Amino acid sequence: MPTAIEFFKMLPKTNCGDCGFPTCLAFAMQLANQKTKLDDCPHVSDDAKTAMAESSAPPIRRVTIGKERTVEMGDETVLYRHERRFDHPTAYAMIINDTMTDTEIENKLARFGELSFERIGETISMDLVAVRCDSGDGARFATVTGQAAALGMPLMLMVRDPDCMSAALSVVPDQRPLVHGLDRPLGMAGLAKAHGAPMALRSNTLDGLVELVENARAAGIEDLVLDLDVSTSRELLEMGTILRRNAIKRSFRGLGHPFMVCVPDDDHGTTMALVATMKYGSLVAFEDIGPEKALPLFVLRQNIYTDPQVPIQVKEGLYPINDPDNSSPILFTTNFSLTYFTVASDIERSRVPVWLQVVDTEGLSVLTAYSAGKLTVDHVIKAMDASKAKENGSDMLIIPGMVARMSGKLQEASGMRVIVGPRESSGLPRMLKDL
Amino acid sequence: MPFLSFEKGTTNRPMVAGEVLDTLTDYPEMAARQFDGRIDTPEAWAQAWVGIGADAICLRLISTDPDGDARPPEDAADMVTRVLKAVDVPIIVYGSGNPGSDAKVIEAISATAGRVVLGHAEEETYRTVAATSMAGGNPLIAFSNLDINLAKQMNILLTDFGMDLGTVIMDPLMAALGMGLEYSYSVNERIRLAALSGDRMLQVPMLCDAVPAWQVREASEEGPGLGDPSERVAWWEATTALAALLSGADVVIIRGARAAGIVIDAIEDLMEVA
Repeated sequence: MPTAIEFFKMLPKTNCGDCGFPTCLAFAMQLANQKTKLDDCPHVSDDAKTAMAESSAPPIRRVTIGKERTVEMGDETVLYRHERRFDHPTAYAMIINDTMTDTEIENKLARFGELSFERIGETISMDLVAVRCDSGDGARFATVTGQAAALGMPLMLMVRDPDCMSAALSVVPDQRPLVHGLDRPLGMAGLAKAHGAPMALRSNTLDGLVELVENARAAGIEDLVLDLDVSTSRELLEMGTILRRNAIKRSFRGLGHPFMVCVPDDDHGTTMALVATMKYGSLVAFEDIGPEKALPLFVLRQNIYTDPQVPIQVKEGLYPINDPDNSSPILFTTNFSLTYFTVASDIERSRVPVWLQVVDTEGLSVLTAYSAGKLTVDHVIKAMDASKAKENGSDMLIIPGMVARMSGKLQEASGMRVIVGPRESSGLPRMLKDL
Repeated sequence: MPFLSFEKGTTNRPMVAGEVLDTLTDYPEMAARQFDGRIDTPEAWAQAWVGIGADAICLRLISTDPDGDARPPEDAADMVTRVLKAVDVPIIVYGSGNPGSDAKVIEAISATAGRVVLGHAEEETYRTVAATSMAGGNPLIAFSNLDINLAKQMNILLTDFGMDLGTVIMDPLMAALGMGLEYSYSVNERIRLAALSGDRMLQVPMLCDAVPAWQVREASEEGPGLGDPSERVAWWEATTALAALLSGADVVIIRGARAAGIVIDAIEDLMEVA
């Protein structure tokens, strides 16, 4: 991204205010922060616009696959998630090959649909169906593509013969599938262009990718996904890191495109999928994957792509742990996910039945929330009223040791027997057992 | 950063430490099954780990807990000696986590010397462990609570106390997959980056414990469409360990034999010279 000064040089410096900002410098600063766009200045020259568009283009091109339902990839801006965040989660595709019987295909598509889980308020699932032509028969490939398209998911079409690709594309003419020509990627350039579809380029070397990208661009295709044809996690990690670093640091612009990898259905393949998810992969295509591997993989993606600036929050409410009844104590904590997970797991470990009251503190931890006035006696009482905590549990209320100071007031306001718990959650098992 | 050969490369292959407990109370059945009955004694268990390919053993002396089995520190030292005899890999030894007894246990086992790493020193209680470490020449684990500044603070405290950072391994607390893994992943990366850009107080090896993955309910619960729980928990733990390794860990502690197999293969694959 150009700096404010670089933008400023391009502007007319008349401070006319037509852009909505008082001065050209103010406008330039907004541009540098990506808060506004250059088009808002009606006086900037076309040459300047072209020059700026060039240097303000995202370091990694944003590529969209699909039409109604889409997968977005690329457009990342950092090397490490703590620097800002990773924006577009790795997409996962299941490969269907057209030599399978119709029943096998139906079963695999059904399993594709079953790889979907609910977790902390999000659905985590597979994202695309890939159809690969192993039969060499365009008509068959087109039929299977139609079957897969019926799911309504974004598609990837994989075949080296342009005639077969053409047959499949005619079934989904405007669905913008990712067009993958396997080891003859450029053969698909004409078709990808005609259908306005993104295209995948496969090579096992960076030099090979550079050449493919140059040729594809020369043919007028910009929406490119690089398929790293690698066999070890190490090559995947190294090539992926080089691609991302070059793009972000702008030391080489030729490979500023999202990348993908195809993995086999074995431990090694799953390991590569995990590596791709952590280290910059935009798309992983699986020959197959079972739920016992898919769930940990999906959760890893959810974890890594969490915005570090927005704490994950648990829903406010009363959570039963270890089968509590109306003689079990109530213990409260905040809705910051990490706090909640730690406290819940320590209570579980104690095997003592407890009602865990989560109080909405906007994702702050106990001490931070208390200091910020987001965890007061009022907040706790309100949360317990809303969840009918008192009707469910006993009259004993255990409070975090960090907020021992509110015990008196809380006892008064709640009419409950308030007990101050440990300062650290790790002390809970011991304290609960001793109750 | 880890495993990148075009940088200086990873000269020391990361290590896998297999978990051994001195009691099977509370040890999950699903994990026990993976060892074909070879976990009746810590010695046999440690040997089983070496057979699997573990580079080290992590021995937790749970039964020294005065609120539990209350085994005396001398028994614990005896057990460490027996495990040392049974295998020739380094042994990371933890007490029961009870502050009332851990210092005495650590003191007792340091007399066994040799390949013993002492676990662990915390901000509140580091003095005894550090003194024991310095007296016996055993490296120690410096534990901190998921924060780069606390990790650094711990190392500064130890240095001020007189320790050589060359005998410190830091444990910045690895949160398991689905339990805040992303925090640990970023804390580890920041520790690594700070060390590489010259922060001397963070230039020590990093240990991450993947075993808390076993406490995650989703990892091993039964349910429709969730597949085999024992395979799922293996991937849950392996994923936690792999995230630790890619973000900078030099040692990972693993409970499951199946997970350890996955991680050992993954390290091999990441170190593979093309």
